[in-house]
Amino acid sequence: MSQPIENQKQQVNFTLNGREVGGSAEPRKLLSDFLRQEMALTGVHVSCEHGICGCCTVRIDGKAVRACLTLAVQVDGRRVDTVESLAHAGELSDLQKAFRKHHGLQCGYCTPGILMSVEAFLEISPKPNEEEIRDMLGGHICRCTGYTGMVRAIKEVVEQRNEPVPLIEV
Amino acid sequence: MNDSSSPKKYLGQSVERIEDATLLRGAAPYTDDIPVPVGTLHAAILRSPHAHADILSIDVTAAEQRPGVHAVLTGRDIKALTEPFLIVLRVPLDQWSLAVDRVRFVGESVVVVIAEDRYLAEDALEYIDVKYRPIEAVIGTMDATKDGAPLVHEAAGTNVVSRRDFSYGEPEDAFAKADKIVELTIDYPRNSQTPLEGFVVVANYLPGDESYDILSNFQGPFTVHPVMSKALRCKGSQLRMRSPAYSGGGFGVKQAIFPYVVLMCVASRKVGRPVKWVEDRLEHLTAAIAAPNRVIEAKAAVMNDGKIIGLHFEQWDDYGAYLRPPMPGPLYRQHGIMTGAYDVPNMTIVNNLVMTNKTPSGMVRGFGGPQIYYSIERLVHTVAVELDMDHLEIIKKNLIPAGSFPYRAAAGALIDSGDYQQALEIAERDGKLEDLQERRDEMRAAGKLYGIGYAAVVEPAQSNMGYLSTINTVEERKKAGPKGGNVAIATVNIDPLGTVSVTADSLPQGQGHGTILSQIVADELGLTPQEIIVNMERDTQRDPWSIATGNYSSRFSSSTVVSAQKAAQRVRAKLARIAAQTLNVPAEEIDFVGGQVFAKGNPENTLRFSRVAGTTHWSPGELPTDMAPGVTETVTWSAPELEPPNDKDQINTSLTYGFVFDFCGLQVDRVTGEVRIDRYVTMHDSGEILNPLLADGQVYGAFAWGLGIALSEEFVYGGDGSFLSGTFADYLCPTAPEVPEPQILHMVSPSPFTPLGAKGIAEGNVMSTPVCIANAVADATGQRDLRLPLSPSKIMGLIDDDEPPAPTRAASEILVKSDAKGGRGVTGSGSARAPAAIQTVWDTLLDPVKLAAVIPGCHQLDLVGENNYTAEVSLGVGAVRGRFTADVRLADLDPPNSVVLSGGLHGPLGASSGMGKVTLTASGESTRIDYDYEVVVTGKVVAIGGRMLDGASRVLVEQFFRRLIAQIEGQNEAGNSAGSWLSRLLKILGVGR
Repeated sequence: MSQPIENQKQQVNFTLNGREVGGSAEPRKLLSDFLRQEMALTGVHVSCEHGICGCCTVRIDGKAVRACLTLAVQVDGRRVDTVESLAHAGELSDLQKAFRKHHGLQCGYCTPGILMSVEAFLEISPKPNEEEIRDMLGGHICRCTGYTGMVRAIKEVVEQRNEPVPLIEV
Repeated sequence: MNDSSSPKKYLGQSVERIEDATLLRGAAPYTDDIPVPVGTLHAAILRSPHAHADILSIDVTAAEQRPGVHAVLTGRDIKALTEPFLIVLRVPLDQWSLAVDRVRFVGESVVVVIAEDRYLAEDALEYIDVKYRPIEAVIGTMDATKDGAPLVHEAAGTNVVSRRDFSYGEPEDAFAKADKIVELTIDYPRNSQTPLEGFVVVANYLPGDESYDILSNFQGPFTVHPVMSKALRCKGSQLRMRSPAYSGGGFGVKQAIFPYVVLMCVASRKVGRPVKWVEDRLEHLTAAIAAPNRVIEAKAAVMNDGKIIGLHFEQWDDYGAYLRPPMPGPLYRQHGIMTGAYDVPNMTIVNNLVMTNKTPSGMVRGFGGPQIYYSIERLVHTVAVELDMDHLEIIKKNLIPAGSFPYRAAAGALIDSGDYQQALEIAERDGKLEDLQERRDEMRAAGKLYGIGYAAVVEPAQSNMGYLSTINTVEERKKAGPKGGNVAIATVNIDPLGTVSVTADSLPQGQGHGTILSQIVADELGLTPQEIIVNMERDTQRDPWSIATGNYSSRFSSSTVVSAQKAAQRVRAKLARIAAQTLNVPAEEIDFVGGQVFAKGNPENTLRFSRVAGTTHWSPGELPTDMAPGVTETVTWSAPELEPPNDKDQINTSLTYGFVFDFCGLQVDRVTGEVRIDRYVTMHDSGEILNPLLADGQVYGAFAWGLGIALSEEFVYGGDGSFLSGTFADYLCPTAPEVPEPQILHMVSPSPFTPLGAKGIAEGNVMSTPVCIANAVADATGQRDLRLPLSPSKIMGLIDDDEPPAPTRAASEILVKSDAKGGRGVTGSGSARAPAAIQTVWDTLLDPVKLAAVIPGCHQLDLVGENNYTAEVSLGVGAVRGRFTADVRLADLDPPNSVVLSGGLHGPLGASSGMGKVTLTASGESTRIDYDYEVVVTGKVVAIGGRMLDGASRVLVEQFFRRLIAQIEGQNEAGNSAGSWLSRLLKILGVGR
């Protein structure tokens, strides 16, 4: 039987939502538990803890990753971003506003993970069509919305972000 | 139908939700996010691996010694400190929050460990030794009704613990004079909408007043509150139930948290500290609840012109191992409306309530509706097929006629309003049914399997709290006293600075109730929704509550909103009187617009809203003499139409009845068996719509779950009761690529029975969509007996096209053939060749030291008797690894030729038992080993690794023989350094030793 590994905590230093932070974690501590319990980022939601539902998705060095399948000690020296990083200066991001406008969330439990996946996805694939959007959302489970509102929201954000910046005639 | 005094600026509009700014930031405090008292401990629960077994002994001494463990509780503690849960029936089905002496389903709570943190509590579970004696389990619903079936509760003397007959109109005459009797048997599966947030309970026993303070995501109904307080032997006021404002989905399921509330209360009392428990996904899928699976024999008495003149339903509703309140709600919630959308005056119903060794059933969205509409609408489709008429024509011929509302249905529902014919017209026209019919013709001409399905559903909302008493006879009901109604409560409050806050009794689970309440109150008081603070927390020691309090059966839009509007109107009337005094005009002339209060005829002379409201706090002496100071208005409301059942067993089960008409076109793939929805149209008449954006959100969400019910979701059990759907890889929730966007249409027939005219809208599609899809699959395939979910493999069985043969597996030195027979049983056989003489192989197999080195994961092997070993082994399937104790016996020894091994494994992850025969045959310098085995496995390992069990057992057997060969070669290698080719190959592959 695995022996309890208390008193074997390891130091974990990383960049969390743009700030240098440090903490200590047992080697078996999940990143999801660590972010919630030690870093007080309760926007990281835990639902299936086996990597299917996507609620706990955060970005590690920019990539969308399941925090429930990652150990806290694995993020030492890396950059982690959570849903708490999205709103700037108190204002919701364009994606968050679009989710509100199109009723892309109900209970809101799956939402933080989905927002993080969408942001990572749009960096790699800035002009996806609906099929590609739905395919990407296939990595998440939402039980409330039927996905319609979030697909509309993402399509709108894609359009807005791809609008050409007007040139000023000289 | 509106008695409000103010025009509507926000109600009826697609106002964005006030909840979202918090939710989108990840800042909403769900129950697990809320700070707990200092010193809170954490609980983990050991659960039964058996569907039915006596608990012979529980040894917790080792677990109690583990680091961080404060206490370990068993059924013995629970039995001493609590009462069994109350149930609806007078049948001995004793049930506690931990199993007492016997387990009755896989996943039943057996032991709870309370420790410093959850990790340590789970560690300690592995040190608990429970000895079980398995008993034959009964899993199939109809199997449980047979004579001689194992009894789930012996004291009850039967598994059919309630049976009632009902007759309405003249059903015998109808069936006697019918031209044709159409029959269909339905076997509706188990499923649940599985909220993404699991149960969370924080219980704190307060010795000062012997009360319990509970924070949990319980969603009501509070009919369960007395069940908990009675179990805890305390007064209702000593059980303080607090629910937070945000919940990660409910769908009814979070009603089923109550046994854990009681369990954690006892745990807190025992350790003298607050105790927190957070359910994990496996626990939720295995042991929370499911909607009851149901067998329904449906019959229709029909005339040759398609008119249905009589109906008969016999239902066997499966409640699993325990009847937890408010069960058997799903069997009776639809009772008054069992004729669906049709005008059929004659009907018989026979309701059987069946117990089996499965997870207890509970509340899930739709609450009996999906089951009954699946049978009604499949039956109506079958009528069309048997009469060779168009399905839509049969529907139209039998719909309740326009102009006959309020309409009293045969079994008692008083359908408030509607025009079903107009709804169908709109749907056909705006949903472009003709185009779909043309497409079907084209697709069929091209050789495709294409079908169109229809479903017509009457959607009940706001349950009559008395409907469940229909399960009792008229005499029993007279003795117990009448039960009916549905009390709704809301409060509007104004503080000294004039800001408005609202509380209400609906315990929202994500629907956005706060937004709708803010719209209603803003309209009454001339403010904006953003100016209204809505707090949806509930606290039974501080807020008013009633048994109906909670979030279920779509009660919000026809009841809670009424109380909120009435409370806001009282506030408005009070403030109008105050303003009238100042402005020197009659109160009736006062208007509220844009934060200003003024006389309608003189809008220039205004008072600020906050100023008028503030007067009630700052200078109560200025108020009219008969007026109370401050502004706090609480309104309770219950609709008079919700009467108790009458002497003819008629019951108006709900207050409002919406109408849903769906049609869809789909293609069934001949090669893959996949169902592809081409177009889906859903027409709703839900009375007045309070917020179109949110109303459509409910439709999209219900549709997605309806699609899951139809195509992929099912809780699957092995024949022995092992649970096989313990992960989201086994229990398949639809994701975005699988869920098409339905076309939503609306019409409005306001309800005359609720002041805002709004009906329910959130449950219709979980009733209509599964059967609409099934009817389309029936249309496409010509098949009549469809069992949900219509997975590709099931569809392939239906369309019966030839499949190409499976590729053959390449032969190897070690050949293991295995055959996973439905459920948890694995059988296999194979052979291996060991490079040694037969006697050497035999001696190795019978030498405990050598055998210990050969058994995969074996730490220790002890000879405990002649040919009887016990071993400690660590094994894993997929991501799950755990420690097991093995008990192995050797029998029928025929040295050195054959031996029979039997025994089993048990541990926290599950248990197995099996038997295998090993035969040795000398073959030149080596020995051929033939073996076959049969293993049955149960418990957690099957629930989460069931898909991999077959492969895993094959790998284990392969490992055993590989290591046996290596062991024998090791002995040989002293004299033969070359080793065999196999040994070298294994070394190259990195697996040799």
